Amino acid sequence: MSQRLQTAVGTGLAALAVALLTLLSWPAIDHPVRADERGVQDYASPLEVLLSPDGARIYVLCQQSEQVRVLDATSFAVIKNISVGRVPRGISLSPDGARLFVTNSWDDTLSVIDTQTLAVVATWPVGAEPSSVVEDHAGKHLFVANRISNDVAVLDAQTGVEEKRLVAGRGASYMTPSPDGSRLYVTHVYPNPPRVRSDRDNRTAPESEITVIDTARAVVVDRIPLHGIAGVFHVALSADGRLGVAAEYHPKNMIPLAHLEHGGAFAYTLTLFGTDVGKPVEVPLDELERYASRPFGVAIAPDKSRIYVTSGGSEMVTVIDVARVLRFIHAQPHAQLVSFAQDLAASANYVVARISVGHDPRGLTLSRDGRKLFVANRLEDTLSVIDTRANRVAATIKLDGPKEISPLRHGEQTFYTSRYSFQGQIGCASCHIDSTFDGLTWNLEPDGFGRNTVANKLLEGIKDTEPYKWTGTNPNIPTECGPRTEKYFWRAENYDDLTLADLATYIRSLQPRPNRWRPAGRELTPAQDRGQVIFERAMDKFGKPIEESNRCSYCHSGPKGTNQKIFDVGTRKPTDNASLLKSVPLTSVALTAPYLHDGSAATLEEIWTVYNPDDKHGRTNDLTKDELNDLVEYLRTR
Amino acid sequence: MMKFPYSTFAAQAILVTAWLLVAAPIAAPQAPAPQPASVAQKAHAVLAASAAHVLPRYRFENFTTANGLPDNHVYSVLVDGDRIWAGTDNGLGLYENGKWKTYATKDGLAHRAVLSLALDSRTGDVWAGTMGGLSRISGGRIDSYTQLNSGLSNDVVYGVSVEGENVWVATAAGGCRFNTRTGQWALYNERNTPMIEIWVYSVSATPTKVYYAVWGSGILEYDQKTGRWDKYEDPDGETEIVLFKDQGLIHEITTSVSFVDNILWAATYFGASRYDGRYWHNFLMKDSGLPSNFINFIKGVDGKRAWFCTDKGLAYYDGVNWAVYTPSLKDGKPEMTVRDAQGKVTPVAVSSAPAHNYILGIDFQGDDIWVATAKGLSHGIRQQQ
Repeated sequence: MSQRLQTAVGTGLAALAVALLTLLSWPAIDHPVRADERGVQDYASPLEVLLSPDGARIYVLCQQSEQVRVLDATSFAVIKNISVGRVPRGISLSPDGARLFVTNSWDDTLSVIDTQTLAVVATWPVGAEPSSVVEDHAGKHLFVANRISNDVAVLDAQTGVEEKRLVAGRGASYMTPSPDGSRLYVTHVYPNPPRVRSDRDNRTAPESEITVIDTARAVVVDRIPLHGIAGVFHVALSADGRLGVAAEYHPKNMIPLAHLEHGGAFAYTLTLFGTDVGKPVEVPLDELERYASRPFGVAIAPDKSRIYVTSGGSEMVTVIDVARVLRFIHAQPHAQLVSFAQDLAASANYVVARISVGHDPRGLTLSRDGRKLFVANRLEDTLSVIDTRANRVAATIKLDGPKEISPLRHGEQTFYTSRYSFQGQIGCASCHIDSTFDGLTWNLEPDGFGRNTVANKLLEGIKDTEPYKWTGTNPNIPTECGPRTEKYFWRAENYDDLTLADLATYIRSLQPRPNRWRPAGRELTPAQDRGQVIFERAMDKFGKPIEESNRCSYCHSGPKGTNQKIFDVGTRKPTDNASLLKSVPLTSVALTAPYLHDGSAATLEEIWTVYNPDDKHGRTNDLTKDELNDLVEYLRTR
Repeated sequence: MMKFPYSTFAAQAILVTAWLLVAAPIAAPQAPAPQPASVAQKAHAVLAASAAHVLPRYRFENFTTANGLPDNHVYSVLVDGDRIWAGTDNGLGLYENGKWKTYATKDGLAHRAVLSLALDSRTGDVWAGTMGGLSRISGGRIDSYTQLNSGLSNDVVYGVSVEGENVWVATAAGGCRFNTRTGQWALYNERNTPMIEIWVYSVSATPTKVYYAVWGSGILEYDQKTGRWDKYEDPDGETEIVLFKDQGLIHEITTSVSFVDNILWAATYFGASRYDGRYWHNFLMKDSGLPSNFINFIKGVDGKRAWFCTDKGLAYYDGVNWAVYTPSLKDGKPEMTVRDAQGKVTPVAVSSAPAHNYILGIDFQGDDIWVATAKGLSHGIRQQQ
């Protein structure tokens, strides 16, 4: 072999090696590099993004690294990483820009950051799972939306002392003030309990609202009804205050989930409200072949020319022409001015662009001139910078963090994407909002149309509680999430083995959130204590032994409140195919209404006051109302 | 099905019937109304004129179904700034900007008959006690709590009072406290309080003390600081004879309670009482300006002044003098009478009166009053004197 040939071969091999190394080390998402779980805590997971009033800084709320990362808005260089509390969820600036507020959803605190020193200057206790925060223009009050307690706490803006709480929608989470600061608009992620029960207890169309607060008086003055909506996320108002927009899910859970190919699972929509619109109107983001799955963030251009919406499941930003959407609305006959959610042709009238961004895009913010749009790609640790004149991604800012995609991270990406389902309509997170549940009942196809209506269940702490499915017929998570989901839900692409394994790894990793009814280390209250005695009793009040299988503590034994067996508790409905139901875990049971396999019990109390006439779901009919209340108090500690 | 000792259908039917019986308009007088003694009255004309001068006069504007009220039978009334809430036998009425709006069961109201109302002045939420549960009206949304879907002890909610984040409830099966922050219900009944009967008609809650009027069991006092209960009963027992007038609560059959400025005002079907924490002072027809001993509702203005809602008109006590406002029991013509400190009664010429003599509730709007009656809601507009 000649010297030249040897050199050429050597060079070629070296190039091949470099190419292979490059390929192997590429942080590809579709083909994740296997890694141990060492770096899990190091992912940034940017959830929300803000610009300082002067536009010089970018504040990025990173949920997994539990930080606010401060970047230079020109060079994108890191100025400072500020540690905040556990699982931060909301971020906002005071009207004068001097303070940055962060809600920490798992330790129920509010971090107050001085934007001059970029230091946390106060950490105030707030309500249950604080999810967003807004300071009023007068600097008098802070409003904090609490997801678990379904309310908005009103705090003294200087001391952080809570003055009162205002009733909001279930799962109160996101807020925006009107430009003049006089009103605050609040959304919520779970549907409100039905106000009037139908004759079929568990089949009531979801209802949501936008809660309107008078900030000067700090009282609720209006609630904009959102019919058929379950899952409302960010809300925005135009600079002139005449147009409001909320991003939301419109589930089609009142019909069997068997028509995905006909758009039969969800519509992803916006509700437009305000004087520009008149009566609130729901318009779809979806189009026939392309769904805008899981809308989350919404922003309106300063000149009110465009609306921008992130879709976490579809990994894109939808751009809407405001003039065209208003023209579309006002061109409709008045009688139809309620919802166009089912009209997949509608969006062609006003959607002007769909811009692909990173994994699970969430929060977004516009520069003051409206020319740049910053989008937080939660599961990619990047920010997309969109040139709004060209409607294209002009730059991608990579946040510090692991370059490798761990199996857990890949599983989370799989959970949150909608790419596996037909036309990208749904993903796991469409029904399991933020990896929890949706508060809805669904009629799934496998058991027959109109048969076996079931309530969606919480995923937290689901590890080691097999078998799964309401009848306990799925032995493990891969069975639950694999062929069954692929066939009956996705109707499209199957997971490969590694992806399914990673998805199962992610689901198994979901930990129960802190229990607010029994904070760690605290003793039970007297009422909870009495309730525990009832929960564990073996004799009824008449001194008769309670059969082991009819004691609360037998079926709901162990740390997760399930002995993982199946029982007939007398709750079978005429439309159910089976009587034997799996004993469900009690994890965070206070939060997961409706109850029973089919969601027929709206509250914990109704499990026994309405649906246990024969004492088959535990011996309870000997209890007084006081004692039942004690039992409920104890259950809330689980 | 869970069995509640006091919540069976039959028991509820009895309770509801009893309530309707006592709340039904009773036009016939139970005892002779005080008759003006014309000669003596003339002799004390100056004093009486003085009393008439200091007692408030009103021009009553009356609302009925003819001008939008949901129902003429008005159990309760609540002033909420410029808005007026009327709890009627057929829905909850809201009077705002000159128009009535009705909230009904189709809107989520627990029951059509709204017996009691309370305002959470901090949040603006209104709480309504109904014949079928407790409802919260917040920004137009109604959430209802019943004995089946919540920890509420009984669906017949006679009274409700808001104190801080707690909503205190009087029901046909004991009292309750609902903590709006934690969602916890605490029940108060014969098992954990000195309550003998559990038929609780009224509650008045403040940050220091909470008072329950328990039908047949006097007044229960809850000390918020110590968590202890105390009880006030008629020293004469359940008799209708008052042996020692100011020895204690006037009667066991209590119907309403109002705690204001550390003074307890209590109404019974056999007179009223005022208690300052040490001394009792009782009011009967025979020695006060009350037009009747049958009192449905009482509301203190402060420690000195109070309003008494009776079956024979609306009475006001300013600490010395009394005034009674009612349509005549004889001919329905508007009447106002004044009783001075010497017990002299003087009629005052008026051109309007509450819609009916059977008064069930009152609330204040500045100098004005709003009055719930068995046949309409009345707005008493204070007149210059």
